[in-house]
Amino acid sequence: MQAVPETAAPTQLRAKDVRPLTGNEAIARGAWEAGVRVAAAYPGTPSTEIMESLAGYPVEDVHAQWSTNEKVALDVAIGASFAGSRALASMKHVGLNVAADAFMSQAYIGANGGLVLAVCDDPGIHSSQNEQDTRIYGQFATVPVLEPSDAQEALDFTRLAFDLSEKFDTMVIVRGTTRLAHTRSPVVIGARTEYPSRGFLENPAKNVMIPAHARHRHAAVLEREAKLKQYLETAPVNRWETGDASFGVITAGTCYPYVREVLPGASVLKLGASWPLPEGLLRRYCESVERVFVVEELEPVIEKELRALGIKVEGKQFFPRAGEFSPEILRAGFERAGVLEPRAEGRGWALEPLARPPVLCAGCPHTSSFMAVRASGARVAGDIGCYTLACLDPLRGLDTTVAMGSSIGNAIGMSKAGDTKPVMATIGDSTFLHAGIPGLIDAVYNQANITVLLLDNHITAMTGGQEHPGTGKTLRGEEAPKVDYEALVRAIGVTWVRTVDSYDLAQTYQTLREAIAHRGVSVIISNRPCVLDPVKIKGPPLAIVNAQCNACQSCMNLGCPALTWGADTFEGRHKVKIDQSLCIGCTLCAQVCTVDCIKPAATLTQ
Amino acid sequence: MSRPTASTSSIEGEPLRPTASAAKAREPMNVLIVGVGGQGVIMVSKALASLAQSKGYQVKQSEVHGMAKRGGTVFSHVRFGPQVWSPTIPKGEADILVALEWAEGLRWLPFLKAETGIFICDTKRIVPPFACLNRRPGAPLRYSRETPAEVRAHVAEGYAIDATRMAEELGNERAANVVLIGALSTALEFSAADWEQALAQFVPKKTIAVNLDAFRLGRNWIEEERTAVDDAEAPLAHIPAPAAAPYNVRLEITPAWCKSCDICVKLCPERCLRLNQERIVELAQPEKCTGCRLCELLCPDFAIRVHLDAVAKEVAAMPGAKA
Ligand SMILES: Cc1ncc(C[n+]2csc(CCOP(=O)(O)OP(=O)(O)O)c2C)c(N)n1
Ligand code: SF4
Ligand code: SF4
Ligand code: SF4
Ligand code: SF4
Repeated sequence: MQAVPETAAPTQLRAKDVRPLTGNEAIARGAWEAGVRVAAAYPGTPSTEIMESLAGYPVEDVHAQWSTNEKVALDVAIGASFAGSRALASMKHVGLNVAADAFMSQAYIGANGGLVLAVCDDPGIHSSQNEQDTRIYGQFATVPVLEPSDAQEALDFTRLAFDLSEKFDTMVIVRGTTRLAHTRSPVVIGARTEYPSRGFLENPAKNVMIPAHARHRHAAVLEREAKLKQYLETAPVNRWETGDASFGVITAGTCYPYVREVLPGASVLKLGASWPLPEGLLRRYCESVERVFVVEELEPVIEKELRALGIKVEGKQFFPRAGEFSPEILRAGFERAGVLEPRAEGRGWALEPLARPPVLCAGCPHTSSFMAVRASGARVAGDIGCYTLACLDPLRGLDTTVAMGSSIGNAIGMSKAGDTKPVMATIGDSTFLHAGIPGLIDAVYNQANITVLLLDNHITAMTGGQEHPGTGKTLRGEEAPKVDYEALVRAIGVTWVRTVDSYDLAQTYQTLREAIAHRGVSVIISNRPCVLDPVKIKGPPLAIVNAQCNACQSCMNLGCPALTWGADTFEGRHKVKIDQSLCIGCTLCAQVCTVDCIKPAATLTQ
Repeated sequence: MSRPTASTSSIEGEPLRPTASAAKAREPMNVLIVGVGGQGVIMVSKALASLAQSKGYQVKQSEVHGMAKRGGTVFSHVRFGPQVWSPTIPKGEADILVALEWAEGLRWLPFLKAETGIFICDTKRIVPPFACLNRRPGAPLRYSRETPAEVRAHVAEGYAIDATRMAEELGNERAANVVLIGALSTALEFSAADWEQALAQFVPKKTIAVNLDAFRLGRNWIEEERTAVDDAEAPLAHIPAPAAAPYNVRLEITPAWCKSCDICVKLCPERCLRLNQERIVELAQPEKCTGCRLCELLCPDFAIRVHLDAVAKEVAAMPGAKA
């Protein structure tokens, strides 16, 4: 490995080659520079911006698309690799569960054109349903995992991943985390290298996974793993930084900067590839220091491997297995391990922090849907999207949420098990297309007695407003065919289908009652655009006639953030006021006001 | 910072030998910028990060997106210096905390350096729906009660600035974040001209003039505040808690008038009503009932009356109230 100067000041770099990029933008840049031709993704925090940013590169260079779900996205990338082009699929950690079937088999097939999977984990569960560790998927499928520690490495490693993919005939995972994805730092960028298509490689024994072929391929995969290990013994992605020999730290990815923050002079073995692991290098490193600590976020993947090699290491007894790391957590761990002197506790001013959970936007079309759901008295299987927020006070409108598309299957199970309440599934438009349709077919086929509320807000809202097959636009904003939900649902065999405007509360209530009364599968499509994306909707705001408000709090049941308490009271309760800058004029509060004192602000002279 | 040059040419490495590790470099400057979704926290941090980068510093700017848009708390860590490792600022090590909302400023106080940290906070209050959930008579608003004077007493250097009102007076409430940038600018080494240049890149073209005014306003305000002798209190209107009276909540149900429509049961916010075996409404969980009167107001047949004995006088005072 060449000695790289440790503190290359940014000024030494030619200014026009340096750009502030987030980890996600750097992955996209790396893929573009590496000559990627086809890229597909399903949005998911924190990975979404990879594909959004790739769509910023010329369409002649790369076809970038939103797919209906992660499995389709990976299949598209695999297809392009079969055809001989470099291809990328990106997704959040749980997206790989959806794509896992194709992923596990493709691990046997390998790669013709370079095939890279960018997967972003979410340690700390900032915006997910769990914090699973993608490195274990790499281990499971025997697919190499590169782990960048900052945006520069995100670019460099993504480029490298394509080269490794073609050299070793394997898919390669580039694993990001929320912290990498959303940290911006200066990155030295390069030019794009074009790779002419390698053409389709006709080789059924490798490309068609029937048992007879797969058995041979499994042997080939193990051989590939041995070669990768050999390569990683000396590869420059792994970096050995010397220091005091009394202890050393083995770490990878976004943990590395934290290690450097708290232990600036320590001996560190920074693994650029966290799977597979080079045995010889690990042994030599561990022999060079007296104590070895493994610092890795989430699961003890590296630690377990070292133990299996019979090497004595310390790790998870000092650094937690759950949650995101921080310099503070590492410092505390190294203090407990006796490596750092305990620091004096800061004289913190202990204030009880204000609870400020995310809420549905003022005027969100889901609000009224869940007012109606709540009043229906049904057992509600929920799904994933903005509407999951309706599980909180004051709406408290859904009972369960498992994974994308689970609501309908869950509802079938609840009704078949004989839940005493009417059973309902609530599912967003993007989620319905992602994994809800097979559930609905199942419900019709098995004649379940459930109501499905399809919350069509014309966008993938939770992840920041992405297009999908129901919006009529592609990732690049071009016109596209639009799914007709009503026709789709009827084609499946649902006979009871209605479309409602969720801003009409009475109609929504009434239709929901009728749907529940219908025996068999009933589907209600609530049709109202999200007020935030793709365009911000802002109508004339409403205001409250303060003198008439009896503080009944009926409007506060909506949880609309534009509604707050004013200074005046009635019967000991706060009267309500409307924040005009937030109110979008959806009129829902006026529809539920018990004394009809909410009026268009323009008509009131206050 | 060291880089494995992992380009196409260097896929093959030489035998791995240890190299010297980084010596402890000079400490970076740590600026934490916080607020509520939609206030412009990210814009402030981007402007600062870009300015620091243009001066040749290593910069890391880290935030968490996702839920933030939907009215949740937003925070962005900006660190710059000759060498920056962690993308996040360790607790107790922020040199400057800039808050676009009052309660958010208080939430992040423990991140500020105890001896030298500078606290710059808008007195703007964004009260979340969660703070207004308790329907019991006399229940207080659940929003931070600390006053600017109290906070100033607890930090090394603190400024409570009514930036939102100042921006409103300039004709654009959304420029409040730039008023705060003006205030922040006095605590950092970059010149006003550099700031103004950086700002022009990050605000919408049409609003450059008003934003530059906002910047200067914030900058001048803090200069005056530093030299001011009297400790003028920034306005922070607290919503007073209503006088807690011993209300006696009593539900009077007339079973003969109840037609089992279920409306009150479904819409009671506390979910304390139910239909009994005869399908007549009853109060199943009296301890949960807040006396909010919704059931009384919604029942089409007047089958429920809510008595709040202590407040009879107030009812009489309602405009239009007859009985
Ligand atoms: C397998 C998987 N992929 C992606 C995500 C990220 N994700 C969470 S909600 C959501 C979209 C929800 O969109 P929609 O169903 O239309 O509801 P909306 O947010 O628009 O209300 C996505 C993509 C996830 N949680 N799990
Ligand atoms: S982003 Fe759209 S769907 Fe999500 S809460 Fe806001 S209005 Fe509702
Ligand atoms: S009309 Fe009422 S419910 Fe709708 S956004 Fe305005 S305050 Fe909120
Ligand atoms: S619903 Fe009407 S009367 Fe009741 S608190 Fe709201 S504005 Fe006041
Ligand atoms: S007054 Fe009626 S609606 Fe209100 S909490 Fe009591 S029972 Fe429920």
